[in-house]
Amino acid sequence: MLGIESSCDETAAAIVCDDKTILANLVASQMDMHAEYGGVVPEVAARAHLDVIDQVIDGALENAGLSITQIDGVAATGGPGLIGGVLVGTVTAKAIAVARGIPYFAVNHLEGHALSGRLSDDVSFPYLLLLVSGGHTQLLAVHGAGQYERYGTTMDDAAGEAFDKGAKIMGLGYPGGPAIEKCAKDGNPKAIQLPRPLRGAAHCHFSFSGLKTAFAQRHAQLGGKSDAITDLAASLQAAIADCLADRTKQAMQRFAASHGPATLVIAGGVAANATIFAQLEKEALKAGFGISVPPGHLCTDNAAMIAWAALERREAPDKLDFAPLPRWPLDPNAAPPPGQGVRS
Amino acid sequence: MQIAKLTLADLAATKRLGLFLAEQLMAGDVLALKGELGAGKSELARAIIQQMCPKETDIPSPTFTLVQTYESDSKVPLWHFDLYRLAEPDDVFELGIEEAFIEAICLIEWPERLAGCLPDRTLTIEINYDASANSGRRVTLRGNPAWQNRLSEMLPD
Repeated sequence: MLGIESSCDETAAAIVCDDKTILANLVASQMDMHAEYGGVVPEVAARAHLDVIDQVIDGALENAGLSITQIDGVAATGGPGLIGGVLVGTVTAKAIAVARGIPYFAVNHLEGHALSGRLSDDVSFPYLLLLVSGGHTQLLAVHGAGQYERYGTTMDDAAGEAFDKGAKIMGLGYPGGPAIEKCAKDGNPKAIQLPRPLRGAAHCHFSFSGLKTAFAQRHAQLGGKSDAITDLAASLQAAIADCLADRTKQAMQRFAASHGPATLVIAGGVAANATIFAQLEKEALKAGFGISVPPGHLCTDNAAMIAWAALERREAPDKLDFAPLPRWPLDPNAAPPPGQGVRS
Repeated sequence: MQIAKLTLADLAATKRLGLFLAEQLMAGDVLALKGELGAGKSELARAIIQQMCPKETDIPSPTFTLVQTYESDSKVPLWHFDLYRLAEPDDVFELGIEEAFIEAICLIEWPERLAGCLPDRTLTIEINYDASANSGRRVTLRGNPAWQNRLSEMLPD
């Protein structure tokens, strides 16, 4: 299965087999394309995806030692995401499907993340998923491919966004997660008091906007003194980790009440943060849950997870009239977070 | 021109401003939301979207995707931009912002990234921390005389 991912900043292609062997998993920004493209990597512009997508697919085939005639199916992210990029991947995949006479799959980007734990770790259904990235923070019970029950989501910002904006406030650069983690190593996580929004709430939703605001105010009070930066970074990381751990603990209780303890899968770029992982691991242990985190190259945006999500339902390809979806919830019946979708 | 300066005591007051604005908006309106990180731009935008699109249950932050699109109850498209991550002003045209200016209601966070490509009819809403009150905000509205007429109801005498 050839997978294509182009829903945000990255253009990626991968080739994955039925037996979970990843023959190739390429991301354009990590490829050495300086010779041809002067180091330009895809970003906002759909044109940027268009410029590199053929090369990334060719590169994946070359890495796998396959020709396009040996591909049995082609999958592309069909949403959610930036519509221009999604269109580029979708049109490319459809063209390959038509030209080769092979099935086409439109994959939900979030489902790619959701099922990545089964690609790396053979996790069996049902399991609890914490999806934490720059754009998403969700807790879902995964009952099967295509069967998701959303327990909670963020009412405002994603956890990754809290890292990015915190780093921006401190002038630490982008992406903010790794920058803050590095800076936090020398800081005291208890030095700066920050709120833990929604801690102890009976539902499983998240909120990070108030934390961001409080952090901006603390930073302004301290005047951005350089000796305070490490403490600020450590305190912000601790606050985000506490929020994620508390909400996940709530979700594990809810999951266990219906299904008993199972595995907690953490997917998305934020899963790479060691402090967050350690705290979630502790909570999982207490709740009797196992824990599974796909390796970094399967946690950040990648095309292997897209190919794998298609393989999970290989008997049910999509029609070629599929139209990309800028928003595409995994659980269309999910209850809204409190205070939203209600007219006041 | 400056239309008004308001003081918002708390988050609820920010939301009330959003509800008021939502009732005034129509296709072609452009709102530029300025202010520091955490000032309340997204909360104001969220209040407007919730009021105009009550069927929407999730109103995610558009920071990551740069734009989220909605449709109001009266079938007017509503585009919520967050240009925070935009590196080059020209990239915004890839997002279809020119069509949105004509057909939709546009809420634009971090409009500074557009480097002066906003239409003249834009209503600019600047939100700042109120140094004298912890959760308070000061809001300045700027726009053309047409906006002043449309917003006259809410303006202090």
